[in-house]
Amino acid sequence: MLDFLNGWGLTLIIFLPALTALVVMVTPNKDEENVKIVGLIGAVATLIVSIVTISYFNFDRAGEAQFVVNRSWIDTINSNYHVSLNGLGLPMLVLSNVVILLCIIYSWNHWPEPHNPKAVLALMLILETGMNGVFVAQDLILFFVFFELTLLPMYFLIGVWGGPNRQYASIKFFLYTMFGSAFMLLGFLALYFKAGRTFDIDQLIANVQTAGISSGTQSLIFGGIFLGFAVKVPMFPFHTWLPDAHTEAPTVGSVILAAVLLKLGTFGFIKIAIPILPDAAKDWAPFIGVLAAIGIIYGALGCLAQTDMKRLIAFSSVAHMGYVMLGISTLTSYGINAALFGMVAHGLITGMLFFIAGSVKERFHTLEITRLGGLLETMPRLGWVFGFATMASLGLPGLAGFWGEFPAILSAYNPAEGLNVALFRGLMIVAAVGTVFAAGYLLWLFQRTAFGTQKEEWDGHHFHDVLPSEWIAWAPFLVSIVVFGVWPRLMYSVSDPAVQVITKVFGG
Amino acid sequence: MPVFSTFSAGGNLASELGLSASGLLAAGGESVAGHSSSAPWILAHAWVLPALMVASFVATLFLGKRMKFLGAEFGIVSSVATMVLAIGGVIQWVRLAPGSHGEEGAKEEALRAVGAGMRSFAAHFAGEEPIKLRDPIERSVSWFRNGSVDIGLGIHVDGFTVAMLFTVAFISLCVHVFSVEYLRGDKRYTHYFAALNLFSGAMLWMVQTSTTLGLLIGWELMGLCSFLLIGHWWEDKSNADAALKAFLTTRVGDIGLLIGIIILFFAAGNTFDMATINEKALHGGINKTTLVVAAVALFFGVMGKSAQFPLHTWLPDAMAGPTPASSLIHAATMVVAGVYLFARLYGVFWQGFSINAGGMNFGSWIGAITIVSAAGLAFVQTDIKKVLAYSTVSQLGYMILGLSVGAWVGAIFHLVTHAFFKALLFQASGSIAHSGSHHSFEMERMGGLRKYMPITYKTFFVGYLALAGLPIFSGFWSKDEILNAADKNGFTLAFLAGCVGAFMTGCYMTRVMAKTFWGENRLHLFHDAHDAHDAHDAPTLITSDTHAQDTHAHDAHGHDAHAAVAAHVSHGDHGDDSHNAHAGPHESPALITGPLVALAVMATFVGFANWPFKDFLFLKKFWFEKNIANITFEETVAAAGKVHPFDWGVAIPSIILAVGGIAVGYYYNVVRQGDFGLIRRFRVFALGHRVLKNKYYLDALWTDLIIGSIKGPIAKMAYWFNQNVLDAVINNAGRSAAATGRGVYRYIDQGLVDGIVNGAGIGASTGGGVLRKLQNGKVQAYAATFLAATGLIAFGLVLFL
Repeated sequence: MLDFLNGWGLTLIIFLPALTALVVMVTPNKDEENVKIVGLIGAVATLIVSIVTISYFNFDRAGEAQFVVNRSWIDTINSNYHVSLNGLGLPMLVLSNVVILLCIIYSWNHWPEPHNPKAVLALMLILETGMNGVFVAQDLILFFVFFELTLLPMYFLIGVWGGPNRQYASIKFFLYTMFGSAFMLLGFLALYFKAGRTFDIDQLIANVQTAGISSGTQSLIFGGIFLGFAVKVPMFPFHTWLPDAHTEAPTVGSVILAAVLLKLGTFGFIKIAIPILPDAAKDWAPFIGVLAAIGIIYGALGCLAQTDMKRLIAFSSVAHMGYVMLGISTLTSYGINAALFGMVAHGLITGMLFFIAGSVKERFHTLEITRLGGLLETMPRLGWVFGFATMASLGLPGLAGFWGEFPAILSAYNPAEGLNVALFRGLMIVAAVGTVFAAGYLLWLFQRTAFGTQKEEWDGHHFHDVLPSEWIAWAPFLVSIVVFGVWPRLMYSVSDPAVQVITKVFGG
Repeated sequence: MPVFSTFSAGGNLASELGLSASGLLAAGGESVAGHSSSAPWILAHAWVLPALMVASFVATLFLGKRMKFLGAEFGIVSSVATMVLAIGGVIQWVRLAPGSHGEEGAKEEALRAVGAGMRSFAAHFAGEEPIKLRDPIERSVSWFRNGSVDIGLGIHVDGFTVAMLFTVAFISLCVHVFSVEYLRGDKRYTHYFAALNLFSGAMLWMVQTSTTLGLLIGWELMGLCSFLLIGHWWEDKSNADAALKAFLTTRVGDIGLLIGIIILFFAAGNTFDMATINEKALHGGINKTTLVVAAVALFFGVMGKSAQFPLHTWLPDAMAGPTPASSLIHAATMVVAGVYLFARLYGVFWQGFSINAGGMNFGSWIGAITIVSAAGLAFVQTDIKKVLAYSTVSQLGYMILGLSVGAWVGAIFHLVTHAFFKALLFQASGSIAHSGSHHSFEMERMGGLRKYMPITYKTFFVGYLALAGLPIFSGFWSKDEILNAADKNGFTLAFLAGCVGAFMTGCYMTRVMAKTFWGENRLHLFHDAHDAHDAHDAPTLITSDTHAQDTHAHDAHGHDAHAAVAAHVSHGDHGDDSHNAHAGPHESPALITGPLVALAVMATFVGFANWPFKDFLFLKKFWFEKNIANITFEETVAAAGKVHPFDWGVAIPSIILAVGGIAVGYYYNVVRQGDFGLIRRFRVFALGHRVLKNKYYLDALWTDLIIGSIKGPIAKMAYWFNQNVLDAVINNAGRSAAATGRGVYRYIDQGLVDGIVNGAGIGASTGGGVLRKLQNGKVQAYAATFLAATGLIAFGLVLFL
């Protein structure tokens, strides 16, 4: 079994969804149930394979690459099909597989308009292939291909199944991300030519140290890569595509976007930009830290100004990803562990919030905050689930969000050697102030939508509380939020060894 | 794998902490053989107390509605069990042999060397038998690891913890019992109990955790429960507002708390362990500047949670919650979390505030200002709960002041005594609302209740005397210790503020007595009382509209209406028409008076726990002090020789002031029946009255000015910037790109290139061969060509850099 998984485990995890997508596409559309079942089976199978694979993962050596496969792919440019899994990719891989499966379950009986389960399923599965690929790729070209592969399905999900302004939002999403990617690709190519004609991440890490690239050039290369990832995260001031994309996207699109796609950017920083170009990372760290801190406050202010529930949640992502980026910018193990935790926590919590927003929208056909109110009265269960997610999102200790937020603030007090301590301590204070803002906009949202009584315009309407398919889709999120919050080592024991490897160059 | 994170001589806690398994779920066993046998069971397993309450929370939440008593049974059973365990804990602690026990002892030896010569009380008790300290009992499991740093989750049980466990468990039990009757028929009865359980669990956890991080968890969970209980009747916007205000105001203080925790984490060598932090703070392990900054930062957290001026404004509003919850959370226990933190990390504050030096420090200033300013506000309240709330703020000021002037034991003692008598006063006010005033807390609707509610009256009277600080009653003993320390340790201003506070307290509490229990009953004067009451017959909850006709419409009194519904239904349940709840005031049933009596007994006698004179009968001199004294106390207050004997020179003036306050209050409110016309006649009084009525305009500052402008103009400006600057750049870039594209297509592609291509049609046939070759190649070749093309550009760029 282990031999098989060593050779094929990751490859299966990557391509099983794409294969399923193909099967879904050729399944006759006469019987919709069949299409859905095929899709579900594919997603379940992928999750099972990943769980089985991970059960063979050696957690004591989570810092090392496991299940390595390295085959030649595009010889002309020395690019290989090189995949492996370590503590950085593992949690994200699980998250991606779980989220897609739960999104399929959530959609089971209410597909977004224009109703076409076949296409939605196929797109979601292709998306899964792209995301899984990103988390295991060890070759920059392979990484780039998967990274870009995620763009198209999401473009269609927003553009076809989105809200009234979907075309604008989807094109903006596509072009903006593409714009960033172009610079990232330039950075990759520069690395290729400057550091030994290879795209292999491990080799590049070693080569860059010895290749004698001038620090100015390193900084520029980092800048290109930074732009690609910063747009994806998104960091202030490159975030303006996000609220539009989220507002227009169908529920499952928003959930996948928030839960996994945004993390491709932060993951890229941790997996590629920082390890390959540590010196340049140091030059850029203060700048990234400042942008992150601005993002925390700015995102919160954006939230306070919103009148639409979903757009508010979208803006909160800017603030939350600010904490993640602040952690990364400290270049310490505390910070990067916090960032990884924050990525998973934000995926679970904000994913949950978007699910709730979707369910509210489905019942009320609006997300105008002023028209909602008294959710706790009309739909107590939904209301309390919402309250729970709100509390998790504002970083209540004992729930997952706390471990993405507090250690990130902590790490800013003592950034890596050589970084400006006074500056980062200032950022720490800003980030700590941000926690109050977060509590402010989230509780205010909760007060306006869940407390109070139902608005008169809904008199006579009956709204059903949480449905079985919703419970099935949400329960894993809700349970994980508690479990990770109570027992943080679940995450730390996986991520820490890998993080230590990265931060060793920075003296801790 | 257990980790005994006691103080380590080397100071590097992390290196001591063993961790064997590093698997996904390497749960630590909580003890090893031979260890648990040496420490008393309850003390070594103190975590069972909060665990019980949390288990009860989960059970209530998920099963409560299906149970016969709607989930209250879980809470009652677990709080009884907790109470029994807490009493057992006290007994075990008192009987525990001083010094080491078990393996910890060996590790303690190292410390013993450091603190040699200080292990008995300082010179003050010369001639007496030196007291040996008992070592704390510590248990810890590894929570998570970051590199070589292991973050533990553990308990640290000492006398202070045991005292807190007892106090919290006792009051929590009383409140649970009281709530069964008080909240009967409430729409969210089960939710109420669930929140109450979770709260008790969080508090019981917070007072025993060994790390600042563990403390933060309890701290914030209590904040959550406070939010849920203040907003219990969230249909009413004013209640929801109050809940938000409480959560956000304490969060403002928590900025400081977070920063303080972080500073100390690094300063103490990557550890959250509070014992280690104290140890290092007191033995030069952390430099002075760091301690000053950390102490000030932490103090902001204390100010938020323990409602110190100017962050106290949330507490009076928090009275919107059900009264028993106010009694437990916003009077007796949660609000003392800040005081607890102060006392627990006393080493940091001792150094940071230079408490040893005397004079005034940040803490004593804030404490002094809080005592007097809050007492002033208590005079102009017409709602009995609000008087008690401001009184709570004022008393918390005493505790903070006490800790800031070196009265470590006195402050903790005051925390305990205050918890009992203030819980009593609140629950008694709940009893009045339940049975005596048609569910209102407006004192205008009360008066003369002494005749109708004898038990409530007597118990309230005990609370009144205890709060006013009359001898024998508990508040006297504890307040005296604080005043004594302020006087002896050279905090003259703090001492004066405490004295003024003592006078004011006697005065405003006498006003309350006069308006509620003495004189004639005024309930019948309020015809709307009945109308409003009838409205409550409706099954749904009534919002504050009911109170629009209230004379005090400017304040949030939503709780009245809601308590009313609850209480009303309860009367219905009694089927007790002869009793006629609505005919007039009457005594509350036993489920309400029972807890009152229990609390009254404690409020009377708990003060004797720290009997300051020679042993007398069962009274042991400084019994409380000897039992809660810990290493931190010893290395700070005791080592500095700041443990003072009882001084009649302080006690007598303070008694005179309290009695004077009562006399003035009596004269003004009973003899002269209130109106001297001062406010009408003198502008200065009018001005003062207006300032007090407007709560020093602090609400206007926080809510309207600061929060209002952030929520409104500032957020709107940021969003305007987002839409019209940042986004406009992107949109314009997109538009100009599209326009350029059209231009290129029209003029260059169609005009120029197409022309050339058309003209050179012949050349295409030859070129086609080359192209075909390319198309026949593998996909890889395409990619390679594409990449090579981009690569050329990149290469060019890089070359010129």
